[in-house]
Order: sequence, then C-alpha cells, then structure tokens
Amino acid sequence: MKALKRFGAALALCTAAVPVMADQFTAVSFGGAYGAAQQKHMLDPYMEKTGHKILFENYSGGIAEIKAQVESGNILWDVVDIEVIDLERACSEGLLEVFPHDTLPPGDDGVPASEDFSPQALSNECGVGNIVWTVLYAYNSETVKGGQPGTINDFFNTSKFPGKRALRKRPQVNMEWALIADGVPKDEVYELLATNEGQQRAFAKLDSIKDDLVWFDSWSQAPQLLNDGGAVMVQSANGRIFDAIQSDKKPFEMVWDAHIYDLDVWAIVKGSKKKALAEDFIRFATSSKPESGMQEVAYGPTRNSSYKYVDKAVIPKLPSAHLDEGLQASGEFWADYGESLGEKFNEWLLK
Amino acid sequence: MPQAELNADQTMNNGADSTRHSSHSGLTPDEKIQSQRMQRRRKFIAFAFVAPLIIFVLIAFVAPIGTMLYRSVYHPTVAQLIPDTLEALSGWDETGSELPDQTILNIFSVELQHLAKERRSGKLAEEINRALPGSSSVIKSSARKLKKLEPELLASEGGAKLLSLKPQWQKVEIWREMKKSGAIFTDGFYLTALDLMRSPEGNIVPRDTQIYIKLYLKSLKIALLITLLTAIISFPLSYYLATAPAKTANTLMVFVLLPFWTSLLVRTTSWIALLQTNGVVNSFLESIHLITEPIEMLYTQFSTVIAMTHILLPFMILPLYSVMKGIDPSYLRAAMSLGAKPIPAFIRIYMPMTIPGLSAGALLVFIISIGYYITPALVGGTEGQMVSNIIAFHMQSSNNWELAAALGSLLLGLILALYWIYDRLVGVSNIKLG
Repeated sequence: MKALKRFGAALALCTAAVPVMADQFTAVSFGGAYGAAQQKHMLDPYMEKTGHKILFENYSGGIAEIKAQVESGNILWDVVDIEVIDLERACSEGLLEVFPHDTLPPGDDGVPASEDFSPQALSNECGVGNIVWTVLYAYNSETVKGGQPGTINDFFNTSKFPGKRALRKRPQVNMEWALIADGVPKDEVYELLATNEGQQRAFAKLDSIKDDLVWFDSWSQAPQLLNDGGAVMVQSANGRIFDAIQSDKKPFEMVWDAHIYDLDVWAIVKGSKKKALAEDFIRFATSSKPESGMQEVAYGPTRNSSYKYVDKAVIPKLPSAHLDEGLQASGEFWADYGESLGEKFNEWLLK
Repeated sequence: MPQAELNADQTMNNGADSTRHSSHSGLTPDEKIQSQRMQRRRKFIAFAFVAPLIIFVLIAFVAPIGTMLYRSVYHPTVAQLIPDTLEALSGWDETGSELPDQTILNIFSVELQHLAKERRSGKLAEEINRALPGSSSVIKSSARKLKKLEPELLASEGGAKLLSLKPQWQKVEIWREMKKSGAIFTDGFYLTALDLMRSPEGNIVPRDTQIYIKLYLKSLKIALLITLLTAIISFPLSYYLATAPAKTANTLMVFVLLPFWTSLLVRTTSWIALLQTNGVVNSFLESIHLITEPIEMLYTQFSTVIAMTHILLPFMILPLYSVMKGIDPSYLRAAMSLGAKPIPAFIRIYMPMTIPGLSAGALLVFIISIGYYITPALVGGTEGQMVSNIIAFHMQSSNNWELAAALGSLLLGLILALYWIYDRLVGVSNIKLG
C-alpha cells in the first residue's frame, strides 16, 4: 500500500512536470553565414527563453518542397524563411498559414509594429519580413582591368573592363539589369519586361556580352568564382561578398548601382501542427533585438527600432542604406512571367 | 543490383531444373505428393529470396515511375477549382471570337470569389498563367477585389464587374485557356515537351519557344560522345589488365576502383579545381610556356564531357575487363599459328569476343549519362546543360511538375527506344556484366 502511494506520488510529480516540458518544432532557412546568424540571434535566444527546442534545417529556396509537404499532408516543416518572390505564390496557392500581423509586439522604443516595420515587410498576409537583402555585382580589385567599375553599364561594358562576368543562371535580376543598362529608367523596367519587345531588348543586351558570361547555380559559387579568377565581376547576394571581405579579407568591392533588393520573410507552412508555437517564435524572431543581429551578414533589419542596436560603421554597408540606387524585385511580375521567361531564357542560353 | 538479379535468376533456374527432374514418370502417388510438396517449398524459398528485391523495386522504382507517367497526362487541378464554370463553358465555342455570355461570367465570378476566400485562387492563376503568361496577376488581383463583394451581387452582375476590373477579361484568349486547361486528361504537357502546342483551331503547331527538342538532341550527342570516349579509353586498359600478371592487374584495378568509391561530388569538384581559369591545367600549360593566356575550359561542353567520361569510366572498364578475362588466349595463338597477322587476328578473332562486355559497358554508360544531373549542373555552364537540368528547373523553380513528368517520361521513352534499337542490332542476350 505504501509502495503504491509512493508510486502514485511519483506519477503525480511526473504529470505535474509535463505541462512545463519543452515542445519542439522545425525551422528552415538558407544556411551558411546567414543561417548561423539566425541561429545565434533568433533561435538560440528563443530556445533559452522558452525552453522549447527548434530543429534548424537548410534548404535552397523555392516552393517545391513546401508544395510537396502540403499536397501529401505530411508536414515536416513548421517555420520557413522564404523569399518574397516565392512568398506571393506560396501564399495565394494556400501553402502557407495566414499570420496575424496585429499580434506582433511593438518595437523596443514602444512604436507599434504596424509603424515600426517597413511597409513591405508586412505587405503579405502570410509572413513577416525578416531581412532586406539584395543582389548586386562585385568585382575583384586585384584582377579587374580598366579601372574601377561603378555602374551597371560597366558590367555590360566588356571593351573598357575586359574579362568574364558571372551571373546566376536564371532570368531574375539579369533581365532587369540588361534593361537598366540599356537605358530604361528603373521604374519602367517591369512594365517593359512584360512586353515582347522589352524581353527581346533585354536578351539583345545580354547577347552583347554572352561570350564573356559565366553561369552559376548557387550563391555560394559567386565569391568563389571571384576568388579563383573564374570571373572578374560576379553577381552575388550582398551578404556573401560582405562575408568574404569581412572574414576572409578578400580584395572585393561591391557596386550598389541598380542592385535588386528583396525581403526574406518568416512564414508558417499550412497545416503545421505547431502553429501557435511557430507564431510565437516568429513574433520573437522579428522583435527589435533579434532582428538587429542580421547586420552580421550585412542584411538589413526590417524594423526601425532595430537600428539602434546596429553598429554605426555597418549601416552604410546594408542594403537599406542604398535603397535609392536600387530597384525592388517584383514578386508579382515574376509570378506572372517567371515560367515563360525561364523557358525563353533557357532557349536563349542554348542558342 | 545486377549481381542480386543474377542470383535470383540462378535460384529460379535451379527451381525450374528440379521441376523437370521430378516430373519423371514411374513415381508412386505418395512420392508424387511429396515431390510436389518439395517443389512448392523450393518455389517458396526462391520467392522468399527475391521478395525483398521485388518489394524494393516496386516501392522505389515502379511506383514513382508510374506516378510520374500518370501525372504527365492526368491534370484535374483546374477541373476541381472551377467545376461550374467549366460545365457552363462546355457550350461555348472557343474557336470563335465571341466572349462567353454574361451568365457564364457570373458563374465564374462567384467561383473565383469562393476560391479567393479559400485562398486557392493562386492555383488557378498559376495554371492559366502557364499557357498565357501575365494571367497570374490578372486572376489574383481580380480575386482579391471580388473577395470583398456580396455573393448575391456577383451571381447577378459579377460578370460585368469582372470585365471592368482588368482589360484581359475582355479578351477571348483567357477564356479559351480556361476551357482548355479544364480537361482532366491532357496531352498538352507532352506537346510542350516536344516544342508543340495546340492552336485555337485545335491543330498541332510549333511553339514560339523551341527548346526541349534541342536539349534532347544535345543530351543524346553528349551521351554518345561520352560512351565513345569511355570505350576508346577503356578498351586498351582492360586488355592490358586482362593479360597482365595477376599482381600488376590487381594493383592497377585498385586505381580503377578507387575513384569509383570516391564521392561523386568530390570527383566533380576536383575537376573544377583542375580546369578553372587559374587552375592546375592552365597554370601548368602556362609554366611550360605552351600558352600565354589561360584557356577557357570550365563551364563548357568540354568540361561536362571530360568530367563525366572520367566519372563513368569504371562502368566501361569493369564489364570489359571481366569479359576479356574470360577469353581464352589460345584462340589468338591458334589464329596466328594458322598464319594470321597479329592485327587482323586481333580484330577478327579477339574483338568480336569482347562485344558482350563492350555492349554492356556502352549501354550502362550511355543510359547513366543521358540523364545525368549533378556534373552538368556543376561544371557544365550554359553549353553543358542537359535535359535533366531543365527537368530540375521545372520541379524546383517553375513548379510545373506535370511538364517535368512529361519530359521525364519522354526521356524514359527515348532510352527504351534506343534500347530496343540496340537489341535489334547487338542483341541484349549478348550483354555480359561479369
């Protein structure tokens, strides 16, 4: 009898412990230096604060994997870091949960979230903007000949700046750059690209440097190409070049003219069993302090109140300091023309 | 896997042999029953041996390929999204230039609103956009705007509302596409995969973008080139291995197998290190003053071919070697003692006997290389693109899984067709793997 009582007491203790026991969910992002920064400033502090466990996985973007999970009903991911270009599509196809923006906490300075965030960060009902990042081109100051390139026209000027240029093998950004270098004002680029003439014009411009182009598939190849002499100028996500300059002391220079910036967004996969927890994590990850940690890899925070934590010396190197020189990637345009231009682009490559 | 199949074959053959033996007459009924029982037991054991393999093949091979084939023709998405509209549209003449009438438009506007509320309008948008680029934003933005209106209002004047939202709704093309993509079974993806399309009148005409046929031809060309190169390199090497003393042959065999055991990625990236602009090959050539400017080797068709040749070499060497090993050297000696010159003797006596190994190797290398993905993606640049890379594009970025399935099925068909031709010319029974 006594033993039974003791057993009962032990059982009671166990069940009492259950409610505070940690839960677990999966977050997915792009890995590399960026993933490490997220781990350090968003995931680790959250796990420490709440005791929950987050499994952190990598993917290479796109919505194929999310689509496969939602369609098969086998949801493995809870929180995903997704590019705005893909977000628009994933959200309207019902692959993501709607995020209640009104539950976002105010900034550390007390400014409500709706005013603290940049408008683009909350423009989609399915997610919350996480970083501002950008695609620009960089050159190796030791191998480039003909002076210091400074504009997007220089990228297309192979007579003044001879040497290979590396671009990511997809129409995105390349088409925009071709038109801007061909003299199209930035605010008319997408309008023109929607027409046949505009597309022809962009391909014609790319044609002019086709023999000097090198193509790569993943951003990690960009700094490598610049380093090993595969190209004298490369298109790259700004964080990769920043990291190579900062940590590896590479002689690289970034050119901000006509950079195409975009946001990365935290979103929740439709049907996630840990939805409430996932929302809680996103609220934490996009609060002022964790957001500011993304400066380590030169990606800008999406809320104003984060800037007071950002090193003053770094601010000019963030995309957010160069928005005037750049153009925001149009998620809507690429949802419309991504596939057809993708095919035309591949056809052009084969010519 | 071939080894496993071979074993399974042998077990089955043994079973068949014993059947023949035990069906001799002159047995008592008791013995007959016993022998039948034995046979059943043997069959069961034979089956138990191959069962894991069969299950594995079914799950890992037959099921996915079957789903892929099915997916390339079965496409119910649009039919599930807007069933009422499609039913109403069935009476509308899509070859004319008239818009569907107002009641159909009303039905569609109600359905579109419903989709918007369920957040599924994006699916419809993507489907229609595939045939008519630019429609995605038209459908999505209209859906967003319709969402706020009263359903009753839409039922009576939703069509007019729709036409006022975006000018594209007043064009007949979008309705045509809607009706066309409503078909549950479609050959559209196969037509696209062959650079063809259906004109509004229903005829099959070439598409504006001509890409997939070119890619297939290019993949074929690269695969043939690689097969040829591996054969040229492997033949003398295997001959040497087969005739060399066992000790030398075994040592050399390790060098053949060592790269085979190394990770594919490691082998591919080491070719990057070798071939890049300031890589090992270029700096060596420069240091011996053979060239003054580095040669562009990486990210070309050349680099794809050379890296894949290297990677696939063991697939050619191993069957060739094992076949050559089994050729009795006395044949060649006999030919020469009968007066044949060494070279004709080699070509007329020895070479035909190596055909089983050569054809096995060629078939293996060819089939593996035509669908190769990772190496062309890493070292191929633009020139070295193969059909697998475009399939990956449709799986990962354009999300057109149906087209990817059609392209994959065509590739499978192409390989089977070539296999058939090959069987006609060489004979599959001539293949020997070891």
